[in-house]
Amino acid sequence: MSKLIYLVPLFPLLGFLINGLGRKYLSKSLVSIIGSGTILASFIVSLMIFFEVKAPGFAPQVVTLFDFIDVAKLKISFAFQVDQLSALFLLIITGVGFLIHLYSSAYMHEETPPHFARYFAYLNLFVFSMLLLVLGANFVIMFMGWEGVGLCSYLLIGYWFKNDDYNKAAKKAFVMNRIGDLGFLLGIFWMISQFGSTDFSVVFAGADGTPVKILTGITLLLFVGAMGKSAQIPLYTWLPDAMAGPTPVSALIHAATMVTAGIYMIARSNIMYTLSPVTQAVVAITGLATALFAASIALKQNDIKKVLAYSTVSQLGYMFLGLGVGAYTGAVFHVMTHAFFKALLFLGAGSVIHAMHHEQDIRNMGGLKKHLPITHITFLLGCLAIAGIPPLSGFFSKDEILTAAFLKSPVFWVLGVLGALMTAFYMFRLYAMTFLGKFRGTHDQEHHLHESPAAMTIPLVVLALLSVFGGFIGVPEVLMKNGHQLENYLAPVFAQSTAKMHEEHHLSHVMEYMMMFGVAAIILVIIIIAWNKFSRYQKTTAEATGLGRVLENKWYVDEIYDTVISRPLLGFSSFLSKFDKIFIDGIVNGVGRLVQYSSRQLRWIQSGQVGSYILIMVTATILLFIIQFFWKS
Amino acid sequence: MPINYYIFLAITLFCIGIVGVLTRRNAIIIFMCIELMLNAVNILLVAFSKMHYLAAATANPATNVGSEAQLFVFFIMVVAAAEVTVGLAIIVMMYRNIHSVDINFLNRLKH
Repeated sequence: MSKLIYLVPLFPLLGFLINGLGRKYLSKSLVSIIGSGTILASFIVSLMIFFEVKAPGFAPQVVTLFDFIDVAKLKISFAFQVDQLSALFLLIITGVGFLIHLYSSAYMHEETPPHFARYFAYLNLFVFSMLLLVLGANFVIMFMGWEGVGLCSYLLIGYWFKNDDYNKAAKKAFVMNRIGDLGFLLGIFWMISQFGSTDFSVVFAGADGTPVKILTGITLLLFVGAMGKSAQIPLYTWLPDAMAGPTPVSALIHAATMVTAGIYMIARSNIMYTLSPVTQAVVAITGLATALFAASIALKQNDIKKVLAYSTVSQLGYMFLGLGVGAYTGAVFHVMTHAFFKALLFLGAGSVIHAMHHEQDIRNMGGLKKHLPITHITFLLGCLAIAGIPPLSGFFSKDEILTAAFLKSPVFWVLGVLGALMTAFYMFRLYAMTFLGKFRGTHDQEHHLHESPAAMTIPLVVLALLSVFGGFIGVPEVLMKNGHQLENYLAPVFAQSTAKMHEEHHLSHVMEYMMMFGVAAIILVIIIIAWNKFSRYQKTTAEATGLGRVLENKWYVDEIYDTVISRPLLGFSSFLSKFDKIFIDGIVNGVGRLVQYSSRQLRWIQSGQVGSYILIMVTATILLFIIQFFWKS
Repeated sequence: MPINYYIFLAITLFCIGIVGVLTRRNAIIIFMCIELMLNAVNILLVAFSKMHYLAAATANPATNVGSEAQLFVFFIMVVAAAEVTVGLAIIVMMYRNIHSVDINFLNRLKH
């Protein structure tokens, strides 16, 4: 079956080609059938591969399709890696991807057929690139997918290209990603010079025994790439702006899949990170800082999608914290559960926006509970899952990361819990302001409120079920013997790292129970506070003051970047442009003008007067004589 | 007679020739000036030939040092005569065509 692995990315590629090339001729229903159908086909193949991989006695395989680069000693083949980690990611990408495609077919119905087809073409291309990213058996193929998803992200953020702000957001995302990609690329180059190959098998086998300094350098560069793609401090600012794209895009690209590429990459190269403690510390601290920072911003945002965007940044921070403290399984687990509940929340937000006729400000919502019953229930489940209420999925994955962080350092744990509390608060602020209380929009909007069509609610229900029950594949050992199936499943991928890591000092069971349910209890209290406070929310015109104002303005990070980086850079480039125009162009044009001028002057010599020719001849002869004469003496 | 006198004479003739070529417009006069220059050279050749012969003859009266230059003069005369033939023919043709021997009429290639 794993020989058929190439089918998985092939289907979305075909979908992209058909929808992209035939966008002017295909009807909307045909486009959505092709768009969603190809992903469904990939999902089915992925499912079969997953079961093959899951079966006992499976050994990881590398399926080589053809040679991609073959120069001198360097050989990079276009090969796919089939193992536990990639099979899991295949399921997440195609599974959640299919649901979002289905949802999109209803959400985007207002678009004209060519634009509708363009949307699906981009979306299919995205899924193709993402599959390439997780399937690649070497860093170069991974990088191809990495760039492909960046491109699709750019195209889809700027999907409504008539709005200039959206185009700017798209450009911002692209540039920010490029900064990260440069790091990734340098990491790959270094890797090639060190190991002479980028194949996972060669690099990971050679990692043990390579000087720690070199490993630290490579892993840090790779982490810079992850920072850009997975929106970590300091390259996170593009993600909230990326909300300019259609909501399903935010759900698929900017919540469930693309932004987790960095986590996948680090989880894939776990052995290199395990071997360099410095990088691990950097990853953990960056992750934790991002988690707290983004969560604090989310507390005060009023755009329904912005809250979710900052929440995504914050959750990605948790995943990096997990990677940094060596809880690779925990991080991948959180990627999976986060894909479920964050896609659910985004799609729920999309459903709300759809019902509210493109109103995104939660101050103008409220009381949507009775108008959108299905959206309301699923959104509530998503909020409970992300807040970490047992036994929903977010509880298990977050708990695993926090426990691992506690083992590393209690400070990590305290800060992590603080972030979790903020998460609970802003999520229930969002929930209460949207669904509870009285409706605060216009009468016109209230009149048109309606539940979304089945194509939108079915994905919501499926994702809600996954968010509720998805956590049971990773029940901690304390609660259930052999409960952590995911860990057993992923164990081969992380085996090398597990062997390297120092013996774990386990927590006592009592301690673990206390941490687990103590935190859950505090979160519950926070939820009740937020629920009470914001279900009675009244519109006010009072401006926020103090810290609230700073948070509302996102710590002024965009402004700081603007003054510290963008403006000086622009100033410098306009100086260079002037320098180029005046100096460089001056030289080039001056040479041309000099030749023209001097030839115009020389033309006068060619007078046609024989006399003048002879005169010149004679003068020249005399001059030559004089020179000859003085030369000798 | 010292050699200087010959040299001065030759230079004078040569300069007259050059100035004539440069300033006059009549083709025949220019031609004559060219002849003047050739003859200035001839004078020099003969003068130097005699000087060298005299210098060598004191030691050996039977020497033929310097005779090559005198021979050379005849070559120059022959070449000059040939040149004059061709040149004069051109001037005649020129006169037939444009009824003038003014060389400034002959700069049509310029345009």
